[in-house]
Amino acid sequence: MADLTSNFLGIKSPNPFWLASAPPTDKAYNVNRAFEAGWGGVSWKTLGEDPHIVNVNGPRYTTMMSNDRRVIGFNNIELITDRPFQVNLKEMRQVKRDWPDRAVVASVMFPMNEASWAKHIPIIEDTGIDGFELNFGCPHGMSERGMGAAVGQVPEYIKQATEWCKKYATVPVIVKLTPNITDVIYPAEAVLEGGGDAVSLINTINSIMRVDYDSLTMFPTTGGMGTHGGYCGEAVKPIALNMVAEIARNEKTRNLPISGIGGVSTWKDAVDFIALGASNVQVCTAAMVYGFKIVEDMKTGLSNFLDEKGMNSVDELIGKAVPSVTDWKFLNLNHVDKAVIDQDKCIKCGRCHIVCEDTSHQAIEYSTDSGDRVFTVKDDECVGCNLCVSVCPVIDCISMVAMTSGTDPRTGKAISSQASDWTTHPNNPLKVS
Amino acid sequence: MSDNNLTNKVMNIKSHRLSKKEIDDNFSDLHAPLSAIEALIEADRCYFCYDAPCTNACPSDIDVPGFIQSIRSDNLTGAAEKILSENIFGGMCARDCPTEELCQLACVRNDHEQKPVEIGLLQRYATDSVLNNGVQLFSRQENTGKSIAVVGAGPAGISCAHRLAVLGHKITVYDAKDKLGGLNEYGIAAYKTPNDFAQQELDYILDIGGITIETGMQLGKQINLEGLQEKYDAVFLGCGLGSVNKLNLDNEDISGVIDAVEYIANLRQTNNKDELMVGKNIVVIGGGMTAIDIAVQSKLLGAEQVTIAYRRSKKIMAASEYEQALAKKHDVQIQYNMSPKCLIADDSHVTAMEFDVMKSQKDGSLKASGENITLKADVVFKAIGQKLVTEGLTDNNSLEIEKGRIVVDEHRKTSLSKVWAGGDCVLDGDNLTVSAVQDGKLAAISINETLTQGA
Repeated sequence: MADLTSNFLGIKSPNPFWLASAPPTDKAYNVNRAFEAGWGGVSWKTLGEDPHIVNVNGPRYTTMMSNDRRVIGFNNIELITDRPFQVNLKEMRQVKRDWPDRAVVASVMFPMNEASWAKHIPIIEDTGIDGFELNFGCPHGMSERGMGAAVGQVPEYIKQATEWCKKYATVPVIVKLTPNITDVIYPAEAVLEGGGDAVSLINTINSIMRVDYDSLTMFPTTGGMGTHGGYCGEAVKPIALNMVAEIARNEKTRNLPISGIGGVSTWKDAVDFIALGASNVQVCTAAMVYGFKIVEDMKTGLSNFLDEKGMNSVDELIGKAVPSVTDWKFLNLNHVDKAVIDQDKCIKCGRCHIVCEDTSHQAIEYSTDSGDRVFTVKDDECVGCNLCVSVCPVIDCISMVAMTSGTDPRTGKAISSQASDWTTHPNNPLKVS
Repeated sequence: MSDNNLTNKVMNIKSHRLSKKEIDDNFSDLHAPLSAIEALIEADRCYFCYDAPCTNACPSDIDVPGFIQSIRSDNLTGAAEKILSENIFGGMCARDCPTEELCQLACVRNDHEQKPVEIGLLQRYATDSVLNNGVQLFSRQENTGKSIAVVGAGPAGISCAHRLAVLGHKITVYDAKDKLGGLNEYGIAAYKTPNDFAQQELDYILDIGGITIETGMQLGKQINLEGLQEKYDAVFLGCGLGSVNKLNLDNEDISGVIDAVEYIANLRQTNNKDELMVGKNIVVIGGGMTAIDIAVQSKLLGAEQVTIAYRRSKKIMAASEYEQALAKKHDVQIQYNMSPKCLIADDSHVTAMEFDVMKSQKDGSLKASGENITLKADVVFKAIGQKLVTEGLTDNNSLEIEKGRIVVDEHRKTSLSKVWAGGDCVLDGDNLTVSAVQDGKLAAISINETLTQGA
């Protein structure tokens, strides 16, 4: 069995699966249940100044579902903790005492004045928590008050607030980033400049789920009016993975530890985040959809995967896929893939044909000449775009196979073993000669 | 009629073999309709195939992936429109089509996971939504001034009448029976179409208007083809097969030997199925759907032993694998290679039937093996096919008939210039409801083209 223990910034936990700062970590009752279920750590639901905020007494959550009502995406308008500061501190102290082997991180959100940080950070740290996570991500409600994403969208603010927190904290400081920006590198570099120890990402994405088809209002509403929420769940994972990988491969930030967040629902999602540079992962939506038991499969799945890969610990997986991520301009333009259909596996649905015919390169021929439906790739039209693979309902029926010799029948050009990319391509006006 | 009515003079034949409640339960829906969530989940299984094999397998050209996509998106009216615009009896076909041999056999999911999309149940879900809510999807085009006679109010005739009515023609439908629907009303197994569905569907179809109904009008009696041709711009024959084949055994008219079709018609029409006279040991002669239907329904009425005796081998049996399995599920015995030899009677009521056991020859023909089997029987049902009644059709011998069926071309046009035909009465038909509906539709399109040419 591979070792799942995690050491993130010196914060130890029995596994790399933490619950993200969110409703599941709202209070001791939930967190105790989470630890009983086997979660490695929690980021306690974000603390703010007293008087505590209030929440709406209507729909806070909505989901996007498949027809069999599996949750694909999740939207929320809940704010930070709506309980008194001292109540949270008391419970955090007790929980940390009862669960010394688990990670308990305090998520915090304070206004942009140093006095507030100076006042709150030391007394929170006194509860025995393992670290801070600065919530610069919440995109709704708190951002209207100059906090959350309003800070996370301005690198100068991130740097400033991180400096304040570091000044008054002795435990590690993680800065949680918002994806509601154009380039995540700027906030990440600001964290570094402010002295932050790590970043966690992503927080939720601005979202409106749909309209109500009867009333033709947005959906859901609080008594007729609604507001945008934050989107999370499986649907946002690819957005999060890109941002994690961007930070992991950026020269300045490549050594900045990352806690990966965004749609982690299974151990495979954790593998994605960790291989693309995260050291651990945080989960919220999967727990809010299935309950805390979901962590059991995450742990055994990850452990079995590491065993299969001959890896002894999660650490060996961290960043494994990062070297494979690059800019488009460095992709090898001499590489040629062709789609290959395994006729024995093909169930003749024709989806590959019609999508290629209607929307791509007219490279899959449909024939009923023999009386059977036959779908054949036309190598002289196939550009290797992978659309057919992407829509095929059969696992491993269509694959992309690289040409290693001969001539590409589409272009008439000989296959070259020499890589050549856009930077030197004759069509590139800015090519390097 | 009286010959075929069973009486309680024979000890083993009686009514009330089961309680009313048991019989009601037995004749409830064969397949429960899909709930909304079941329909959504099942619809999600459709791959939306290109040039979909299910559609190609549908005798009435229903765009199956198209209507299923509309179910997926909560567009039930759109789904029903896709179905009913090709097949106005989409509701009945969803219930009685042998989908396991048609669309669902062609479903690519069979290759993937040995489990096709439940197309029939989805089609029922979509069509029920408009039928139950009375959503009328069709309207009549401007009156063309043309009038057309339709003979037979079964699926072929009504399908033809509906399409012609949509196209703006005036239609008169003649039927010999009191109630409309043909085999939908008098023939299809009761558990496939409970709750008077056939009439509910007809009400929906005829609601379009422009269709006049004349019941109690039989070819060769009240009406004949010659007269109809004179009176109308065109005639569609959807008269079905009005007579049943005979076993051609010496004492075939003894009591207890019954036409399955007639018994089923009674069964479909009675409000008290528990009152029906039912035998104890029943032998069914035949190998088609009617044989299965009468055998299963006899069991559901409380018969103790029901045996289907089929003259040829299992492979050749016309009833589908699914139907054969359905019969076996209801404890019906199916015995193959059994050729009727003679009926054994006591006091002019059947008590047993003797069969020659047949052996297939290399050339495919059957030869008696010399072995005989005798089955105890207090009722013998004949389900060996029906035949065309030609009275009123061929009086002047100009309508081409071959092998006892009306000859039609691909447009369902007969040898007569003003006469089209479809359904069970035409040559090369497959006796399916769905094919009859398609015949009616194609004939209507052809009639319309003919009548409006040069207009």
